[in-house]
Amino acid sequence: MLLILLGVLILHIIILILLIVSTAASAWSVADGKGTDLWYSCITSNGGYHCKPSSNEDWIQAVQALMILSVLFCFFSLIAFLYQLFRLVKGGRFFFTAIFQILASVFVMCGAIIYTVMSPDDRAHTNFGYAYVLAWVAFPLCLISGLIYIVLRKKE
Amino acid sequence: PEQSQAIVIYTGWERHALVGSDVRLSCSFFSWRWTSEDVSFSWTYRPDGSRDTISIFHYTRGVPYLDNKGPFKDRLEFVGNPGRRDGSILIKNLDLSDNGTFTCDAKNPPDIVGRPSSVRLLVFENPIQAGVITGAIIGVVLGLLVLIVVIYYLMRFLVARRVFSLSVKHGKKKKEGSQQRQGPVPPADPSKVKAATSEKKKQESRKDKK
Repeated sequence: MLLILLGVLILHIIILILLIVSTAASAWSVADGKGTDLWYSCITSNGGYHCKPSSNEDWIQAVQALMILSVLFCFFSLIAFLYQLFRLVKGGRFFFTAIFQILASVFVMCGAIIYTVMSPDDRAHTNFGYAYVLAWVAFPLCLISGLIYIVLRKKE
Repeated sequence: PEQSQAIVIYTGWERHALVGSDVRLSCSFFSWRWTSEDVSFSWTYRPDGSRDTISIFHYTRGVPYLDNKGPFKDRLEFVGNPGRRDGSILIKNLDLSDNGTFTCDAKNPPDIVGRPSSVRLLVFENPIQAGVITGAIIGVVLGLLVLIVVIYYLMRFLVARRVFSLSVKHGKKKKEGSQQRQGPVPPADPSKVKAATSEKKKQESRKDKK
């Protein structure tokens, strides 16, 4: 039992780290010398490293909000897991932890989908960066983690 | 000599974009013949309120030529596929001075008789500041969360109070009913009643979750 709990906790922390890196790293779209992401577009040109704020279009702001919310909810579910670990009655399920974790996975899915659909149609020269890939990796992991919490029962 | 037939050119009608963003102007054509090797595309631009038209792009014999002196210097990119009859261009980092009409003229020799098609570009300033929508979404979702938690605990509290007041009435009736029992009757302990009702609620909610 202790081993299972430890494994679940480690998975949760890994997911949280993935989400934080994906939200903060400057690499959702990568092209030749520049990396763009939710917050800044940076170009390594002959003058050096220039950054300008990402276009303030509505969809980018929605993706920003959804990624931040997913990090917050994953964090809340971690707190709820630790809380319920010590306060739940024997045989109880980690209900709140599961709810927050599943909501976090839904948010990261929505954010990644919106970014995929709305990012500028310049596929000839730009590819998706590693932060974008991390977001898509975090989504199923988060969902699986949430489902594990639904199934998990506290034994003594 | 082959007889030339009509060619029909298609572009969008109007394109809207924000300052600083990129916009893709698409141009395609219909012609009865196969796409020739000498197919050519040209884009010209006429600013709003002006009568001058300048040439900004030309594609011929497999080579695209982009504007390197005019208003679109270093901002144009050819993203079309001439083999697929696509002569689209991409304009980057738009400015308010880019408002105007863009005309695409395509020729598929020997089909050269056609009417060039125009697309109107409208560039807007973004009325919403950066970050306002982000903050609004986050605030609403967190606010809903807090609201749900508060309502949940409020309901629990109200139900517990109701059960408590009902049990007090029940206790009073028992007191009046049996006057024989003179021994000290301990009044209903509110914390015990609360614990009992919250236990009941937990069991009920567990049953619901199943």
